[in-house]
Amino acid sequence: MSLMKTFLGASAALALTAGAALADPAVIFDLGGKFDKSFNESAFNGATRWAEETGGSFAEVELQSDAQREQALRRFAEAGNNPIVMAGFSFATPLSEVAGDYPDTSFVIIDGVVDAPNVRSIIFSEHEGSYLVGMMAAMASETGTVGFVGGMDIPLIRKFACGYAQGVVAVNGDATVIANMTGTTPAAWNDPVKGSELTLSQISQGADVVYAAAGGTGIGVLQTAADEGILSIGVDANQNYLHPGQVLTSMMKRVDNAVYDSFSAGMDVPTGLEVWGIANEGVGYALDEFNADLVTAEMQTTVDEAAAAIAAGELSVHDYTSDESCPALTF
Amino acid sequence: MEFLTIIQIGDSTIRLAIPLLLACLAGLFSERAGIFDIGLEGKMLAAAFLAAAISFVSGSAWIGLLAGITISILLSIIHGLASITFRGNQLISGVAINFLAAGLTVVVAQSWFSQGSRTPQLSGSARFEPIVLPGALSRMREIMEASPMAQLYSELISGHTIIVYIGFLAVPLSWWILYRTRFGLRLRAVGENPAAVDTAGISVVRLRFAAVAIAGILCGIAGAYLSTALQAGFTKDMTANRGFIALAALIFAKWRPWYAMGTCLLFGFFFAIDNRFQNIQMPALWFVIICVALAAGMLFYAIRRTRLDMVVLGGFAVVLLAVAVAVVFGTESLSAGIKLPTQLTQSLPYILTVVVLAGFVGKAIPPRAGGEAYVKER
Repeated sequence: MSLMKTFLGASAALALTAGAALADPAVIFDLGGKFDKSFNESAFNGATRWAEETGGSFAEVELQSDAQREQALRRFAEAGNNPIVMAGFSFATPLSEVAGDYPDTSFVIIDGVVDAPNVRSIIFSEHEGSYLVGMMAAMASETGTVGFVGGMDIPLIRKFACGYAQGVVAVNGDATVIANMTGTTPAAWNDPVKGSELTLSQISQGADVVYAAAGGTGIGVLQTAADEGILSIGVDANQNYLHPGQVLTSMMKRVDNAVYDSFSAGMDVPTGLEVWGIANEGVGYALDEFNADLVTAEMQTTVDEAAAAIAAGELSVHDYTSDESCPALTF
Repeated sequence: MEFLTIIQIGDSTIRLAIPLLLACLAGLFSERAGIFDIGLEGKMLAAAFLAAAISFVSGSAWIGLLAGITISILLSIIHGLASITFRGNQLISGVAINFLAAGLTVVVAQSWFSQGSRTPQLSGSARFEPIVLPGALSRMREIMEASPMAQLYSELISGHTIIVYIGFLAVPLSWWILYRTRFGLRLRAVGENPAAVDTAGISVVRLRFAAVAIAGILCGIAGAYLSTALQAGFTKDMTANRGFIALAALIFAKWRPWYAMGTCLLFGFFFAIDNRFQNIQMPALWFVIICVALAAGMLFYAIRRTRLDMVVLGGFAVVLLAVAVAVVFGTESLSAGIKLPTQLTQSLPYILTVVVLAGFVGKAIPPRAGGEAYVKER
């Protein structure tokens, strides 16, 4: 019996050390999928960059359904991964339940806020970045009507739309912003056919620049915009290369930097709430060889001035999520 | 409402209805032969993927279409083997096909193209381009400035891909095959009473396999339409439950080809409306009138029916009246506009299907031998 105990004890100790040795960071992707050319892909790029630079390895999982969130979190925590980064607002509820059970593990949630001593919450000022691309849209538009196609109808996406509309109105007070949402279920992140239909309907209402903040659905939006010869604006990652010369710009949300930063910090990742905005380069617009001909010097100066004003705190962009209302757009 | 808006909604209706229509006809052939087919979604998805992948590799959308049809037929044959040859449960086999397609497309796409479970963007002849009829305009912004007749011609009649015309031709063809040929008669018979067909010396197994193969062809076209005509490439789960909506349409259409076209156009119309007017503004008075009229209609209908109908429809009517009353007291004035949420239009196809299934608008009777494997007497 005592021999048995020794064995059990030894194996338990072995398991524990094995767990501790395996302190690789982990990243959990949300339902849109790792390669959505957008939000999740950005997170993946950040993780890959860290792995390439440090030679380290990381664990990852792509969720297939809402029910797997807590399970994935617990599995990584049990396996000793640290820190565990999750991309997506939907993790807020499961994480607030799980975080307390693993006080020695650091968690990083992007796009959501969880108040716990071992959680770092990173949220982005998407409204500020959207404001900038909204200004560019208004300057590039000839008809004075611009469009917005959102993914799932949630406050976060309305925050994008609201910032965008404010930017448009700031440049052209008479401009019309048509905002549509793809749906109310997670399927709305992966329906390019509906994205195309929404874009066509916006074009027929006069829109000649369309901003897509819709994950995989955005692929359809950008495609239709290119087919119909109007401009589009990408989101999260730099999507300019998808249709060279036809994507005006992309609203970059540096999820990759957030993941990279957290992975680099390792186990001593700072906890608490952080807001990444224009001031600390958490959001911005993309300029590269694919859209160089579309962005005029005047456009760039105006937008850069606005960016500087926002960074300095002289210009404030209304955040939809602060009071669930938008001065420039009704939903 | 402008004339152009109406035309555009019509155009959008057609685009959205075609994949539904093809999938619905696929289900029709299969179910008329007594094989329930939950796997429409999976077959469409697999076909969408392979059509896009092969189009990209070969540079020809037609070869892609053939590849899509091939994979769809293969999945149909798996369904047939499981449920006809081995007499397994048809629903479970169909669900398995859906899982198989959802998983395999992503995995194969990732290892093949390494673009994140997506195929590369298709361009040129790798994609079904819209057929622009002589004299028609192709771009939305040019069409907007044209005269009404030119708008009608350019938008509604011209500018569709060849698959749209194939889809509409499939309807009379299906009707002719099912109701005017010997094969069609036998196919319908095998779904109603396979024993009788067997007694007449005709192979039940062969007929049912033929039916699921036809379903495979139609699903293949539907899938290829999504990825190589409507879109320029495959993205994960791009069918977005259209296969299941097609099943709902099949029930609504009472397993008849022409009704299937009407139903799919109606469902497509709902989706087009939903895309165009996300939130419909309606004067409160109108809304109240519609609610009360619906409630009155239901009650009037139910009075002459059985007690069960009375209870169910009465319940619906009470809910509608309650909504109407709430609106009357909830808004300041009856002429003020109220917002109909977009979810209402999105759920209309399902609500209508439930209403039909419950037997309120005529009876929807499925083929009698549907869902049962045929066991030959020994």
